[in-house]
Amino acid sequence: MNDLHLIGRVGDVPLLEGRSVTVAGRRVAVFRTEEGHHAIDATCPHRSGPLADGLVADACVTCPLHGWRFDLRSGAALGNHPGVAVHEVLERDGELWLRLAPAVELPLAA
Amino acid sequence: MNGILVIGGGIAGQAVCERVRERDPHVPITLLCKEPELPYDRVALSHLLAGETTRAELQLRPREWYADHDVDVRLGAAAAALDLDGGVCTLDDGSALSFERVVLCTGSDPLLPPLSGIDLPGVLAFRDPADCDAIAERARTARGAVVIGGGLLGLEAARGIAGLGCPVTVVHLVDRLMERQLDAGAAALLLDAMRDLDVDVRLETQTAALVGEGAVSGLLLADGSLLSADLVVVSIGIRPQAELARATGLTVERGIVVDDTMVTSHPRALAVGECAQHRGTVYGLVAPIHEQAAVAAQMLTASEAAYTGSVQSAKLKVMGVDLVAVGDASGAREVVAADAAARTYRKLVVDEEGCAAGAVLLGDTRGHELLLEQVRRREPVEDLLGLLQQASEASAADLPDTAQVCNCNGVCKGDIVGAIRAQGLGSTQEVVAVTRAGSGCGSCKGLVRELLAIERGGAGEEPAYLCPCKKQTREQLAALVRERELESVSELTATCGAGRDCGACKPGLAYLVSEVAAARHREERHARFINDRVHANIQNDGTFSVIPRIRGGVTTPDELRRIADVAERHDVRMVKITGGQRIDLLGIRKEALPRVWEELGMPSGHAYAKAVRTVKTCVGTDFCRFGLGDAIAVGIELERRMEGLYTPHKVKSAVTGCPRNCAEAYVKDIGLVAIEGGWELYVGGAAGASVRRGDLLDTVADGEAAIRLALVFLQHYREQAEYLERTYTWVERVGIEAIREVVLDPAQQAELLERYAIAKAAADPDPWLERHEPVHPKQFAELDSEPEPFTPIDVVLAEGTV
Repeated sequence: MNDLHLIGRVGDVPLLEGRSVTVAGRRVAVFRTEEGHHAIDATCPHRSGPLADGLVADACVTCPLHGWRFDLRSGAALGNHPGVAVHEVLERDGELWLRLAPAVELPLAA
Repeated sequence: MNGILVIGGGIAGQAVCERVRERDPHVPITLLCKEPELPYDRVALSHLLAGETTRAELQLRPREWYADHDVDVRLGAAAAALDLDGGVCTLDDGSALSFERVVLCTGSDPLLPPLSGIDLPGVLAFRDPADCDAIAERARTARGAVVIGGGLLGLEAARGIAGLGCPVTVVHLVDRLMERQLDAGAAALLLDAMRDLDVDVRLETQTAALVGEGAVSGLLLADGSLLSADLVVVSIGIRPQAELARATGLTVERGIVVDDTMVTSHPRALAVGECAQHRGTVYGLVAPIHEQAAVAAQMLTASEAAYTGSVQSAKLKVMGVDLVAVGDASGAREVVAADAAARTYRKLVVDEEGCAAGAVLLGDTRGHELLLEQVRRREPVEDLLGLLQQASEASAADLPDTAQVCNCNGVCKGDIVGAIRAQGLGSTQEVVAVTRAGSGCGSCKGLVRELLAIERGGAGEEPAYLCPCKKQTREQLAALVRERELESVSELTATCGAGRDCGACKPGLAYLVSEVAAARHREERHARFINDRVHANIQNDGTFSVIPRIRGGVTTPDELRRIADVAERHDVRMVKITGGQRIDLLGIRKEALPRVWEELGMPSGHAYAKAVRTVKTCVGTDFCRFGLGDAIAVGIELERRMEGLYTPHKVKSAVTGCPRNCAEAYVKDIGLVAIEGGWELYVGGAAGASVRRGDLLDTVADGEAAIRLALVFLQHYREQAEYLERTYTWVERVGIEAIREVVLDPAQQAELLERYAIAKAAADPDPWLERHEPVHPKQFAELDSEPEPFTPIDVVLAEGTV
């Protein structure tokens, strides 16, 4: 369990919105969609925009600064851009837990 | 640094950036633009002079393009010196940039003959938008104008000046117009056509000097006669701008000498465009620039390329004269099909080897793309008349995929058809936006439309969609919201799918739902852009800016003291007076917003929203000795009556007390100007990326009537404009006459005012009050933070703020 971090409660993130949290020194954006919670790196690789503040639709988030778009499930960017890391979110007894992805190279765009 | 430095922000510099980026998504690219504006389309200058386009529309790419394509564009930055061996460029401000390869795209300067009087005021070149402005301004009052030079640009300038109502004469040195592109037959017909357009032409006329006291008053001709003119435009050619190259030690003849890979005499430096000289030729037309840029990009990314020169092709952009000249105007074999009565002239030229070498088409330019393609490929031609005939009957379908449709941007038929198919494009507007074909001089737009029609199997064009993914227009969605009495974006999405796919249209849907329901909709913050979730404007570092409402730009010592206290208490990084006469506190964290608002004790200025912004005012009759109307009182009242209303795009307003226009009302979405005995209402003005003087909607008797008419206009705009369509595009799209018919009609006025009143009554005058009742506990916080606590401060709010 020690690789799991308690990050909040179910309901802390409004539906189809995102909020950020620092876990083990890493800033992560957590989103809630109809299918549950998703977590990706909080910072857009383009110009460091806050992805948690983006518009969410179809399991993707659009960065509020310049409109780069990322798939919340894979972290891949749409278009020919670098993507972001995806982290695992677990719901237990109304609590949200996060398991960080290993710090490896960022996935590149498809 | 292993990057590419492009020096020169013209068509060539932009083309190099685009072609390189297409081939390599990662290589760092820096673009130096000497002028303080983004690259614009010089080819379309004549349209600017003729008033057929705006300066903003000339811009080749919007500002976001550079961020999205990772091109570091530096405006107002000129290269002072180049160290090619060291790979370092020194800028004129003394800073230095390192590079692996450099591409010189320094363009050209207008050639000004060393005549006496060439420096007199009123003698202008025709080379950039500033020249256009200066020519247009002078042409409006000039009694007579002369254009020196009867080439392509000179004729376009002359036509533009004639169109402004100023008598104009073209003075040309040789015996026919456009002698580089035309033969005698076509030039004779062109001469007639120009004279019909009120452009007088004097051939074989040499200018000896320009004369005038303090400003130009005429030309002294070589035969000793005097030709009077208080505006003289010199357009006799260009001189490649090669000073930097010369100072760097590169080989320069007429232009910077390049080989077949566009590389100069130093392997690290390339040159592209009007500054470059390839196989002895300096190209002054746009199409070769694109071909050279493609070769340079190939060389920079793949280290191999071959350029063998371009076929020169020129299109005259003068309304009413269709002229295309391709390649050589004369050669070993020629056929001409001319009709003097119809004033058409079609000529095909074949060289000694029997290959297509050139064409001149005047009055009837059908099939010029096909002929250009034949000349480019040097196709053998046996039946010359047959080919001319075939070209005149050719439709878009007959063109090969390699045929260049848009010369300005170097776009082939294959590129266009490919984009239509791959991206499912449905309107000419979309095709132009995606492929850029037709975004230059615009002369190929008809062909683009034709290609789209063929691809769509004759189906009509698609309209503008509010939700492009589900192909739903604003009208369709509005009808759905009304019929089914939908109250939220989610209900609308569930009904028709709009907003489900990419979500980009959700803010537009949210506006639509709120507008149709007159602000009695169910608010869903997930459909709102972050600015409208936290009622502040997100900045590039993720912090926010806070602008309280300061109606009419009038504040008090007490408000200023509170603003100063807040700025100090929260270590605000910058306190800025805005262009709208308000005060902006920049660098506020999301968590601090509620506390800042409470401490300010002022309502939201809606500066972050697609909503009614502020109303700028001048001091009017209160203090000004010229004031004709009470601009401050009328402005503050107008702001009160409009504030809190959301709109398709932001709405900026101003009220000014006299036509001196200190509040800049002529360039606002809504502008009121006091005149002797009444008020004028201007609408559709702009002074941002686009600059447009508003149209005079009406003149009314008093301030109250002006405010009511402004509200009628505002409501009509709220109901009819597309989302993200500013009033200036809307007014231009539907036409001021059509808007007048509605907003000046008493019955419709009453209905619009009633719907305005309903929406205004339900509008939230101060979203900042959500600090007391947030829509969600985490509205102003992240998962690991909380909004800063605050004790409600007992301030006496100004009347009307709650």
